[in-house]
Order: sequence, then C-alpha cells, then structure tokens
Amino acid sequence: MQVSMTVNGDSHSRDVEPRTLLVHHIREGVGLTGTNIGCDTSSCGACTVHVGGQSVKSCTMLAVQAEGESITTIEGLAETARADGIATGEQNWHPMQEAFQQCHALQCGYCTPGMVMAATSFLKENPTPTEAEIREGLEGNLCRCTGYHNIVKAVQSAAEGAS
Amino acid sequence: MTATIEPTKGGFGTRMLRKEDPKLLTGENKFIDDIKAPGQLWMGMVRSQFAHATINSIDTSGAESMPGVHSVLTGAQLAEMGLWQAPLPCAWPVTEDMVNPPHYPVAISEAKHVGDIVAVVLCSDRYGVADAVEQVVVDYTPLPAVVNLQDAVDGKAMAHSDLETNKAFHWPLDPNPEGTAAAFANAAHVVKARFVQQRLIPMPMEPRGCLAVPSPAGGEIVFYSATQIPHILKIMIAATSGIPENKIRVIAPSVGGGFGGKLNVDADALLAVTLANHIGLPVRWTEQRSEGAGASHQGRGQIQHVEAAADENGKVTAIKVHLDADMGAYMMLITPGVPLLGSFLYTGVYDIPNLSFSCDGHFTNLTPTDAYRGAGRPEASYAIERIMDMMAHKIGIAPEEIRSRNYINGGEHFENFDAASTLTFDSGHYKPAHDRALELADMAGLRSEQARRRDAGETKQLGIGMCTYVEICGLAPSRALGGLNYGAGGWEHATVRLLPTGKVEVVSGSTPHGQGHETAWSQIIAEKMGIDPNDVEVLHSDTALSPLGLDTYGSRSLAVGGVAIAMAADKVVDKAKLIAAHQFEASPEDIEFVNGSFSVAGTPTKSVHIQELGFAAFTAHDLPDGMEPNLQEQVNFDPPNFAFPFGTHVAVVEIDIETGGVELINYIGVDDCGIQVNPLIVEGQVHGGIVQGAAQALFEEAVYDENGNITNPSLMDYLVPSTMEMPNITLDSTVTPSTTNPLGVKGVGEAGTIGSAAAVINAVCDGLSPYGVTDIKMPATPQRIWNAINAGSTGGAA
Ligand code: FES
Ligand code: FES
Repeated sequence: MQVSMTVNGDSHSRDVEPRTLLVHHIREGVGLTGTNIGCDTSSCGACTVHVGGQSVKSCTMLAVQAEGESITTIEGLAETARADGIATGEQNWHPMQEAFQQCHALQCGYCTPGMVMAATSFLKENPTPTEAEIREGLEGNLCRCTGYHNIVKAVQSAAEGAS
Repeated sequence: MTATIEPTKGGFGTRMLRKEDPKLLTGENKFIDDIKAPGQLWMGMVRSQFAHATINSIDTSGAESMPGVHSVLTGAQLAEMGLWQAPLPCAWPVTEDMVNPPHYPVAISEAKHVGDIVAVVLCSDRYGVADAVEQVVVDYTPLPAVVNLQDAVDGKAMAHSDLETNKAFHWPLDPNPEGTAAAFANAAHVVKARFVQQRLIPMPMEPRGCLAVPSPAGGEIVFYSATQIPHILKIMIAATSGIPENKIRVIAPSVGGGFGGKLNVDADALLAVTLANHIGLPVRWTEQRSEGAGASHQGRGQIQHVEAAADENGKVTAIKVHLDADMGAYMMLITPGVPLLGSFLYTGVYDIPNLSFSCDGHFTNLTPTDAYRGAGRPEASYAIERIMDMMAHKIGIAPEEIRSRNYINGGEHFENFDAASTLTFDSGHYKPAHDRALELADMAGLRSEQARRRDAGETKQLGIGMCTYVEICGLAPSRALGGLNYGAGGWEHATVRLLPTGKVEVVSGSTPHGQGHETAWSQIIAEKMGIDPNDVEVLHSDTALSPLGLDTYGSRSLAVGGVAIAMAADKVVDKAKLIAAHQFEASPEDIEFVNGSFSVAGTPTKSVHIQELGFAAFTAHDLPDGMEPNLQEQVNFDPPNFAFPFGTHVAVVEIDIETGGVELINYIGVDDCGIQVNPLIVEGQVHGGIVQGAAQALFEEAVYDENGNITNPSLMDYLVPSTMEMPNITLDSTVTPSTTNPLGVKGVGEAGTIGSAAAVINAVCDGLSPYGVTDIKMPATPQRIWNAINAGSTGGAA
C-alpha cells in the first residue's frame, strides 16, 4: 500500500505492508532512527512522536493510519522550536532538550526521545504544571536509568523557562 | 606563549554537563537496532514453551516455504554443521567440582526452561521472520520440571534428567567456625530469619540485539552488540566458535542501559556470529521485550537463612548465613559467582568478629540467573540490614541505636579494617553519613508524626526505615579474583595521547551504557593535564580502537579504568615536562606544572602550555637525546584492593491499613563514594539505583506458574516503576577518600540499589509493627501487606 506523510517537514511517499507499524515505518522506511522501541505492549513510551501536534506512541498506530499526517520526531524537534521562535541555549534547541541536558535528565538516553516528545506535548496542554501533574503526565513513559527525579526537574524547569 | 594561568575548567568536583547528551537528545546517536548492513538476514528464535521436555522432532517445512526465509535450523543440524567448538562459557567455576552440564546455544534433545532455543530461522524481512518462527512445529514430551528454588533444594524433580542432583556446588566461607560457635553459645540474644530474594528481570529500556557482518574473503567478522562487555565477548566468541580472535572485531554502539542484563555471552549472540560467519551474510537480531524476559538472564533468586548473635548490650558478635541460590537451568557467564560476591558483605558496616557463610547453588528449570545491578551485594546488604532491625526490635532499642553500637571503629574514620570475611575495607567513616541522613529525614519529627497517627488510629500509618550499607566495588584486584576461581583478571587499560594539534584522545577499556564516561574521563584529563575537557575525545567500546579492556560492571569503571586514565595522563605530563625543560634549556627538576602550563621555577613569565608540545613531540625535530617521538602513554592498572563505598539511607512509607496500599513518600540518601569527579553524574547514578532497589522491595518479581511459564514477561505486567510510584529523592554526600587508588575514588553505580531495598522493607515492617508483623516478603504488595495486617504474621516471609 502507498502511504504519504510529512515527517519533520519533508514529505515521504512509500510502499508499505498494511501491517507495518508507524514506528517501523519511521525508523526503517523514512530512515529516522531517533525514535526508539522499548516494548511490544505499548507500555514504555520510547516510541513517542507527535502526530498532528499530539504525542502518540508510534507503536500503537499503523503507518497507513498516518496517511496525510504531519509528524514530528526527535530529529525535527529543534527545528520546530526554531520555527516557533522558542529555541534556546548554545545549541539552539527546543527548551525541553536544553532542560534535559541542564538537569541531567538522561543517562543511557534510550527513553529520552520519547520522554522529550511526551514532555513537550504535555507542557503545551498544561504550561504551568505542578510536580504531581508532571508525574501524572509522564506516567506512560518508562525510564530505567534516572529514577525520574531529574526528568521531573527538567520538565519543571522547561515550564518555568517558558512562563 | 601566555603568562596568565587560569584555573582549569572541568576538573574534579565540577558539575559538568554531559558531552554524551547532544547526540542522545537529537536522535543522532546509533543504538544497535539503528544499524543495518546490506543483504542482512533477520534472525528469529523458536523457543521452548515447556520448562522441561524431550524434543522428539521438529518440522521446519512450513517455515522454510515462507517468503523470504533463508533457512531454518534445529539444534541437531547446527551441531552437525560444527558451528561451535565449545559450549557457552561459564567464566566462574566457583569450586573444582562444580556441576556444569554442557550448554549449547540451541537445545538438541532436551529443552531445559521456557525460552530455551530449539531452532533458529533466518529471513530477509523483519516481520517475515516472526511469521516463520510461528510455523515451526516442535513435538515435545514434557518431563517433570523444577519450577521453584525450594523444590530444587528438596529434590522434588531433577532439572537435568541426566543428573542425580540439582545441587551444582557447595561453597563455604568460614574463617573461624569455633569463633562463630562460641559467639552463639554465649549470646544474650539470637535472631533468625529466612529471606527470599525474588527473581528480577533487568529490563534495560533498550532490548538486547546484535548484528554480525562477515567478510567472507578476508575471514574477518565485525560484531555489533548491545553489550556491556565487548572485550570479554570477543574472547568468548573466539573460544566458543573457533573464529580466530584476531579476526573478530566487537563494537558496542550506544547501549541503552545494561544493569547486568547485557553482561553475558548469550546464545543469541553466538548464534548470530557463527551463522553469519558460516553463510557469509550479515545476520541481525533484535529481541522482543516479552521474549527477553524469559530468554536473557534474570537477577537475584536466593533463599537466605540468616542468624545473628548479640550480647546483652546489642553488640552483634556473629553472623551465620546459609544461602540457597537459584542458578536457573544453566550456568551462564558468572551465574555461580553472583551469590559469592555478596558473601563478604554479610557483616555490613559493623565490627562483627565472626562470620560463617555457605552457599549451595541449585539448578531449576527456570531462566538462568546472573548479574543484576549489585549482583550478590544488595542481597547481602538486605539480609544484614533486616536482621539488625530485627535485633533492635528484640532488644527494644531504636534502629539507629543498634547501628551506632556496632559500627566499625564506633563510626569514626578508619583505614584498612580487617573484616571477619577476610577482606580489608579500604576506608570508612560511617557516623557522619548516618547523622546527616537522620537530620535530613528529620527523624525526630517523623517519629512524633508516626506516634500521633498511631494514637489517633488513622488509616494511613507511617513507616520509617533505615539502611546503612557498604558495598564492594571496583572489581577488582586480579589476584583476589584468581583466588575466587574467576576466569579473568580485574585490571583496566587506558591510553592517553596528545595529538599534534594539542587535542587529546583517551582510549578507555571500560565501556559505558549510560554512565557518562566520555564526560567523566574528559574531566580526569582536565584535572591531571590542565586541558579543557572539550578538547578531549574518548574512544571506547570498539575492540579495534580500544583493543585492551575488561569492560563495565561491578562499579569498576572509575575506580579501575578512570584511575588508569589518570596514571596514563601523569605519564604524558612527565614526558612533556622533559620536552619543556629541553626547550627552556633548564633542568627538568626546575620545571613546574600548573594548570596545564610548564614554566621554570622562579621565572613564571616563560611558560609553555602542554597542548603546545604535541606538535614538537610529533615532528621530533628537536627532542631530548634518546626520547621517542609522540606523546602517548598507556597504563594497565590492577588495583591492590577493592573499594568500599558506603552510606545511610532513610525511607518513609505511608501504609493504608485498610487496603494494604503502600506508598513510598520520602527517600533520603547520604552516600560516600570517595572523591567525586562529577557530582551531577554521581547523583544520577544514586537516583536510578535507589529506584531499582525500591522496586525490588515493592513491585518487581518475575513470577512463574506451576508449569514454569513466566506470567509477567512484558512491561505491561512486570512492574518497572513509573513516575507515579517514586517520590522525589533528597541526596547528600560525605567524602572519605579510598586508599585503594591514587585518586581516592570508590564507585557509585550500584550503591543506590544496595541501600534501598532494605531501607524500604525496614520502613514497611516499622509501619506494621503495631500489628505484630516482624517481616514481609518482597515485593511487599498491597495484598501481602493486607494479609500481614490481618494475620499479624510475617506476610509469608518465613
Ligand atoms: S515501543 Fe511503543 S510504547 Fe513501548
Ligand atoms: S535514560 Fe536510560 S532509560 Fe531513561
């Protein structure tokens, strides 16, 4: 089946098997491997991307269901921040990427792309969250390294920076 | 040349942001599943669905006719093809007479656990390989299976049909049996307990995986693996496959966490490399999460019988331990050694003169056990810290009081303490960490709030627990490992080279998977050479770039590998100093080295920065007589002893006595890992470690049913904590330099895990003490807590 979508601003049209998961399409069809896969039960959130601006676990969706959608992955996040005029720091990244580094919110970095994508869309919905709300908002994203303490701090600091 | 001397940026103690992060935060780095090779075949495994069964026949025809399938091979066919020269390795035969049945990557006639590989499929397509695996039909005859450790001990059935016992070894550590006997005979108080260390699944967020790329004409093979141990893996591939060691290159790309779970020589890896070598095509494998839970190894799996003797003042005089350890179905790389790593720690931070320890290893028809964060030491720390609380309870004193009465050297600073276990603790100073943790926790305030809730009969009761741990890390002195019959040394390699343009390359034999080595090693260069850490590049995890190394586990990277880097940097500075002296026409004794600059003592205006000497060493136009060109030095550091970090943790739980629900509401850790290179990284390691230990206490367990099937293999059922289960963590540290190495560093990768399970369970038991509960089994689920409250029992712990 033919499927077309925009990924990080570029349009991609590819032939896929109907059962191809969106995450496999992004990683192997489009060739953007920043989005990771950590489970086979939609439990870990490592595969989180933005589909039409909303965060979605890309292993829960078929590639064909994303027909015509505009998708942002971790590789395109800094660029969207630049376009929105909110990029910060020496690297000119999205403020969430910057906050993750500043707060040491990543160790092995495997959960990180999904975590950052989930956190950015969470802050869009709730720009001034309490700590408890941040914890609730990120419940679907697992990290085995950090114990979450610094991840929560990073999201708090990104929220404070934006307000 | 500049005369201004500025303090070096980024040296020890700097909270430098990690150099690893930019690639990880933008998706630019490569994990194993991100790497491809042209013409690659996907590998899929047919795994046994029985815990123990005879394999009668395997019908591969259906799978073979599927689109894209290259081949389907059974254990018998693979054996015929002669793919391996030796079984999967166990590097730690703990006793001369240890039973170790040969273990090949694919079972031939008998499957020994659910998940044991019985056939392998190669296919050109990722989805196609999974389809084909499902089409392989295996005819089994189930055999009696041993599906829990107690049944193995009791000999209810045999895990290996051709053996007459499940017992693999008996290992004693009993330096002074008479002393222990006398201590128990004269004891005023004796406490006994049986603790169960449930099986845990390491669950790094990145599943295992590998890619083997052969070069048929040249005979070489490049093996990419999500491994913690590329160097050890290379040797083991050579030893088992017969591929010459010097034709193998192992590369660990970015590795998404390990925690011991990627510290093995797995059947899957050996299959990929030998098949690729045999057929001359790249072979690729990525584990499915639910596949890995039963197929890769698990951690813990012990029953601990512990007894403590104390005098009338609560001074503990002896500890007696017998351990039954679940090996699972096979001996993996260090399966039998894991419980032994804990044996030396059963006296904890205390001056307990007598220790009698023994361990029996038993086979079961379950997934093999092996290293998981802390490996043997969290178990030991749990046992001693639980028994200290039980003793305090029995005598009627506070947990902090019994600890204070028993600390080595009364809690004051000491060096080189000879423990009853026969090891020598490098250094310790336990009281400051203890005091600081109680202060941060506001112990007095917590106790009065606890009393208030108890008096008021509130539904939510408080439990307060503490743990004062010590761990053995920095594995390790090669001789000590040799004494334990371990099959390798414990040194680490480093090369430091100052390049012609003044930049630095560090070649490190330790192999990170989230620990931030690139940052920390750069800071060592900053500290030692006065060079900006951003001018340093660290080469690691590729046996072609870094041929010598013993890899990363056992909190060894800094205490062994980092020290090697510092020593190699010192050697580069020493050589550069000779060049500087030569340029200044001065005597080397008169040259000073401050913040990266050499100058002649008394004439600081004349100076040269070390980075400026790289070019002189490279051109070699004008070096001192007899000096070799280039500034490159190497060190293989073998420490004289282990390092012994320690700390005090306090956990506070809230227990709903109506539902049994338990919530960890506060956690305080005061850790001492010696000198800190980067406190930011230290804190991150402690945070993550604490959560893993707390998760053992409250949530995690690999649960097997009566047929030996794992019932919770996925991340949906296996409760890795999320943001919701963990509180914020308050940390502080004390600094007691190690005497084992010139940097005074210890190690911190496992410390959090070693302290936290006991702290949390001590808190739960404290909260439940008004209900007559003295112990509870891990994980302390609401169900178990509710049962304990209502039965006034041990919650099934005994
Ligand atoms: S890979 Fe999508 S949720 Fe785990
Ligand atoms: S940083 Fe390793 S899983 Fe989150």
